[in-house]
Amino acid sequence: MEFQGYRRKTGRVGIRNHVLVFPTVVCSSEVARMISEKVPGTVYARHGGGCGHVGEDKEQVIRTMLGICGHGNVASVLLVANGCEVITPDVLTPELDKIGQSYAIVSVQEDGGTPGCVEKGVKLATKMVADAAKLKKVSIPLSELMVGLECGGSDAFSGLTANPSLGVMADKLVAQGGTAIFSETTEMLGCENVLAQRAADDKVSKDIYRVISEAEKTAMSGGVDIRGTQPAPGNIKGGLSSIEEKSLGCIRKGGSSKIVQVVKYGERPVKKGLVIMDATAADVMNNTGLLAAGCQLIVFTTGRGTPVGANIAPVIKVSTNSVLYKKMTPNIDVNAGVIVDGEGTLESVGQQVFDKVLAVASGELSKAEALGHREFDIHFRMIV
Amino acid sequence: MKPKAILIDTKDNVATAFQELKAGDKVTVSLGGKDVTTTLVMDIPFGHKFALADIAAHKPVVKYGETIGLATAAIKAGQHVHIHNMESQKGRGDK
Repeated sequence: MEFQGYRRKTGRVGIRNHVLVFPTVVCSSEVARMISEKVPGTVYARHGGGCGHVGEDKEQVIRTMLGICGHGNVASVLLVANGCEVITPDVLTPELDKIGQSYAIVSVQEDGGTPGCVEKGVKLATKMVADAAKLKKVSIPLSELMVGLECGGSDAFSGLTANPSLGVMADKLVAQGGTAIFSETTEMLGCENVLAQRAADDKVSKDIYRVISEAEKTAMSGGVDIRGTQPAPGNIKGGLSSIEEKSLGCIRKGGSSKIVQVVKYGERPVKKGLVIMDATAADVMNNTGLLAAGCQLIVFTTGRGTPVGANIAPVIKVSTNSVLYKKMTPNIDVNAGVIVDGEGTLESVGQQVFDKVLAVASGELSKAEALGHREFDIHFRMIV
Repeated sequence: MKPKAILIDTKDNVATAFQELKAGDKVTVSLGGKDVTTTLVMDIPFGHKFALADIAAHKPVVKYGETIGLATAAIKAGQHVHIHNMESQKGRGDK
């Protein structure tokens, strides 16, 4: 099976053709916004990072920025520097050169402050948009599609309707040679054994145990015993009998394939198939990590409702129940609540999600995209 | 017609109630072209599980195609399956 997308000179594949105006630090983020607002056809990324990072955190922010700036959905990137930040453009450009990504640079400190930087940035971005418009779509096999799986604002139906439907879609995608990534490590607690049994090899199995144990320790170091309270009394009242059952309701959105690799937040997998990303459960930061890893689109289930999209990629929303669908129809692409209503099954909704993924990959706008949702946030733990 | 319950994986030996179900209700769940009919022997609240077949003590309770815990007593088809007759293999935080 194929979709219509862009084959970049970086070797990466895109389903959108964005020119990204990217501030390398929070200090230049407003300047980046001013440039982007003056140049139709650009998107920009507001974030709080770029300075004060140390150690692994710094590596994570750099890895994420590189994944976003070199993304298959990004035709070219305008880096908007302040000038004295930790992650200046010259921290990013050696890798962008290496992969062959097109970029240009403006600097608030070197280009005449805000007005000069905006003026120069607008000129550069205008040219970049014109160049990007010349690129043509081609047929690309589904094996080159990478889909991120996410849930937010979950409810009692999440684990019964929407997440298992996503699992059906993920199994179909993996059967076609494609890649699906699920994450939210804290929501895998209690499922170490279950997941490890599905590991493709020993290394993956060890990685699964390691990342779940580390997530638990990180929470513990913040004074919170997250395992000790699971399932919560409210969960038990609602019918959940064990932490395994609770976690599986989340994990099932990855389907039932073998797990081929465990990657860090924002790390690009080298294997195709079902992948785990060790990442925060915070929705927008999680989405950014999935995109930095190379996902060209995200499918997002919700029971309570959330409008979140992403700046460089479509987000497809799947509601878990029809009450939410009726309340937030403008935001929801597929309603898995029909399973409860007797108007659909896990298989039929799974097929519907799969068909929607294919259509959106070939250019159909998702609801979040059409509404102008462009949420973006990089996950890091501290700034010193 | 609104389904009374849902079966998520063909390997599962429990189904989950989509409505408040009553003892004596005949509940049919379907997946992958297969139907399983169970007569409930007790009331099952919305969101709670019931056994589709007998589960012997210490045997796995399977949902999502995976073991979600072990039976702590023999469970008959149609019975409520919850913390009174199954237990996580990971222990429970509240006891």
